Amino acid sequence: MSRHVVLIEDEPNIAEAIRFLLTRDNWTVDVHGNGSDAAEVIQAASPDLVILDLMLPGKSGLEVIQELRLVKQMQRLPVLMLTARGQLKDREMAEKAGVTRFMTKPFSNSEVLTAVRDLYAQAYQEPQDAAP
Amino acid sequence: MARDTLTGSRIRERRLILGIRQAELARKAGISASYLNLIEHNRRRIGGKLLVDLAQVLGVEPSMLTEGAEAALLAALREAAADAGAKVAELDRTDEFAGRFPGWAEVLASNHQRIARLERTVETLSDRLTHDPHLAASLHEVLSTAAAIRSTASILAETGELEPEWRDRFHNNLNEDSRRLAESSRALVNFLDESDSSAERRGMPQEEAEEFLLSNSYHFPELEQGHSDPKALVAAAPELVSDSARLIARGALEQYQKDALQMPLAEVAPIIQSQGVDPSALARRFDVPLPVVLRRLGVLPVDVLGQEAGLVVCDASGSILFRKPVAGFALPRFGASCPLWPIYTALQRPDVPLRRNVVQQGRSALGFECLAVAWNHVPSSFDRDPLYHAVMLILPRREVPPQAQPVGSSCRICPRQTCEARREPSILKEEF
Repeated sequence: MSRHVVLIEDEPNIAEAIRFLLTRDNWTVDVHGNGSDAAEVIQAASPDLVILDLMLPGKSGLEVIQELRLVKQMQRLPVLMLTARGQLKDREMAEKAGVTRFMTKPFSNSEVLTAVRDLYAQAYQEPQDAAP
Repeated sequence: MARDTLTGSRIRERRLILGIRQAELARKAGISASYLNLIEHNRRRIGGKLLVDLAQVLGVEPSMLTEGAEAALLAALREAAADAGAKVAELDRTDEFAGRFPGWAEVLASNHQRIARLERTVETLSDRLTHDPHLAASLHEVLSTAAAIRSTASILAETGELEPEWRDRFHNNLNEDSRRLAESSRALVNFLDESDSSAERRGMPQEEAEEFLLSNSYHFPELEQGHSDPKALVAAAPELVSDSARLIARGALEQYQKDALQMPLAEVAPIIQSQGVDPSALARRFDVPLPVVLRRLGVLPVDVLGQEAGLVVCDASGSILFRKPVAGFALPRFGASCPLWPIYTALQRPDVPLRRNVVQQGRSALGFECLAVAWNHVPSSFDRDPLYHAVMLILPRREVPPQAQPVGSSCRICPRQTCEARREPSILKEEF
């Protein structure tokens, strides 16, 4: 069964590369390029996972995640944040805002793929695996 | 120990350079070798005819023996000791140290000067890295493009079977992104280039405008004499590249022209020469408000003012609109300056002139007299609130004035860890 990810990324070539990568890994990928209505787009799509850029036009990734976490159904949604800003304070702010994992640019494709698979497994498979 | 006790060391040094034996020099100067030995070891003061005779034999001016080239060295050593923070027990023996170990003293002094230069570089870079939105945007652009290239190249290299349509698309993306990366990297390198060429350091309109003002030493004879106007001067300045910089520079020159008209250089210069720098008296004499006087004094040539001077103008938000640096009083380039500066106190009490002695913290604490006043720079009206600007004239003082208020440049590069006005941690450690 295809898993569903929403990718919020304003760099079209990064978005295209990630879309290609995840499509090949049996994900359905929706790409959206700005932050202003990203929270609404994510809620409407109700994906299994979100990949979110930090620096976005309209609204920052942090604002998007804060907005998202206010919605009950979105509170446990795994969110992978991608950013060119890798300072400790950025990471702390992202975690405080509710980001599940933080990854700095430039990243490798295998890192993204591994992170996405891990987050999905942690969110949807591990409880079942742990059951007797 | 007094400074002139170094004379003996200089005599000895000069004698050894010339290869003259102590006994020979003593004989030629008409004194005993043992007495010369005491002199050379700074155990006897020397002056008058004997000094002249020794200088003659050694082929130097007597002043070279009494003053030497060590004045700057001694000053640097004392500065190094003061900046060390902890009390140096042998501070009163600085002269002796420099006299007995001139080589080591030179090493210590030059290292201290080098540290001071490096600190200034750290301050400048930190200031720029922290507050420069252009730099942040440039770095983000470079990293984002690198991320796109890395992902795309990886797909092309690692994916075994790739449909021709996808392959062509990724090739195009790679080509596009590599060009973008080349451009953004070049722009970033140009921006960060810290060569001595001021033109290469420009990055923002304010910097461009400041470089223009600095290259003219903040003095424009053409405006003083009415031979040109701000618009023409700006148009003729090749260093003003961007429209924003030209606008800022033109604004500064228009203010300069207005102030110069109210206080002509030909009339200001003789008054300062005869009566010294007295802003209140000048305001009365020219019947102008104090801000005009302070702005005018701040940009007068050194030979007219009789000393160096710095000048800062800010708006009510504290943002610096005009900055003319003066040695020892660090002015951050991108706002966020020290809230203890008298200019900000002046903003709290518009139209009340303030005179404050301050000492700027740092490795070499220097004293300054600051004169500041805030004024409503738009016509008063019942229909709108006043818009205040403030100006601060910064006059360096030879000594740190008693009870001088400690101030900094900005919190980030200020070493006063316990300051009540601190708003963020300093990057300077105690030991730095």
